[in-house]
Amino acid sequence: MMTKQNLIDYTLHLADNALIIGHRNSEWCGHGPILEQDIAISNIALDYIGQARNFYQYAAQLQGNAATEDSLAYLRDVVDFKNCLLVELPNGDWGQTILRQFFFSTYQYFFFQQLQNSLDEQLAAIAEKALKEVTYHVRWSSEWAIRLGDGTEESKQRMLLAVDELWSYTGEMFQEAGYERLAVSEGYGIDLTSIKNSWDAKIKSVFEEATLSLPTVAWMQSGGKEGQHSEHLGFVLGEMQFLQRANPGAEW
Amino acid sequence: MEIITKNSTANNTSSEINKRIWEILETVPDPEVPVLSVIDLGVVRKVELTQVPTSTCWQVEVFVTPTYTGCPAMDVMKMSIRMALLQQGFTDIIITQVLSPAWTTDWMSDIGKQKLKAYGITPPQYKQAVCTPDSFQQEEAIPCPLCNSYNTRLVSQFGSTACKALYQCNDCKEPFDYFKCH
Ligand SMILES: [Zn+2]
Repeated sequence: MMTKQNLIDYTLHLADNALIIGHRNSEWCGHGPILEQDIAISNIALDYIGQARNFYQYAAQLQGNAATEDSLAYLRDVVDFKNCLLVELPNGDWGQTILRQFFFSTYQYFFFQQLQNSLDEQLAAIAEKALKEVTYHVRWSSEWAIRLGDGTEESKQRMLLAVDELWSYTGEMFQEAGYERLAVSEGYGIDLTSIKNSWDAKIKSVFEEATLSLPTVAWMQSGGKEGQHSEHLGFVLGEMQFLQRANPGAEW
Repeated sequence: MEIITKNSTANNTSSEINKRIWEILETVPDPEVPVLSVIDLGVVRKVELTQVPTSTCWQVEVFVTPTYTGCPAMDVMKMSIRMALLQQGFTDIIITQVLSPAWTTDWMSDIGKQKLKAYGITPPQYKQAVCTPDSFQQEEAIPCPLCNSYNTRLVSQFGSTACKALYQCNDCKEPFDYFKCH
């Protein structure tokens, strides 16, 4: 039973990451800087909602007790959410959104590459499917990070501020939560130290092309994966969960 | 005696019924690109028939795979498949989603690709190195569905739906959708 609860927690962590960044990206819908990029970020948001649905459906199936993808997304409270702090941060300007996307997509790319070989067949199948989309996300976000970093004086300034704002939230992606440690020992989880070097190398090469320098700050924020969130997540959930809480069971 | 009579009227072999189901599925369109059927698109992976014990009924299980993880058209396709089979008299229907192996544009039928082009959407080219995360890589040459020129440019990697990218033809100036490789 211990094992099953851990698999549920691990799956919920992956689902929550996807749902929250998907929700954040969807806030850009209709507000993107130009039409094509508005469509791009909305498409990426849609990919995330799809990923979240696959993970929540699986977690609901494991959990039983009438849990559904909707009850897991709409009826859990802040302390139950296991997403990284990075994905719940407000969007900031376009540069900050792009940089967050690049950090997170690069992490997901190397993570799903490994998760495809998970001993858990369903996690492996979801990863195999999502990896194709994440590949496009990495490409898109890295190209924009380069354009903006090595762009005008203003875009460069904004990217430098974005790096300052976000860097201390990147470490948490590679810090093992309890359920991740157990997932590795049980054979279906990913050893995060095994993807850290690949992530570092990709960030470094794109930063070089973007003429941005890597911060040397070592202090990293953490806690989100274990349910200790910033004040921002409550507002995200307040907006996202309002309808289901005000009208339980409402459907389109 | 009555049971035997019923059996003889509905005495189709499973391979005949299977063939009929595939014919029915060919009439079920993709709601976002309605010239394509779910068969053209390659989302139906297999059909399994099981005779319901002590009856003449068949249980039909259709295995479908989503094109894109978050494609909202998938729910509509599943519902349309169910409706089409119900209309043709099948009542015991299961639709099972399979994620692995992941759907690829290589599964789109040649007829489907021709239909797409006639509809004004450039069909997916043979899969090349496009599916890597490297930035600013050499774009593959995508032909214009209107004048067939390869002198085209990518406007955006993300288009009107998850499966499409946006291009423009430099010769005839037509903006067009490309059903991107996946
Ligand atoms: Zn043309």
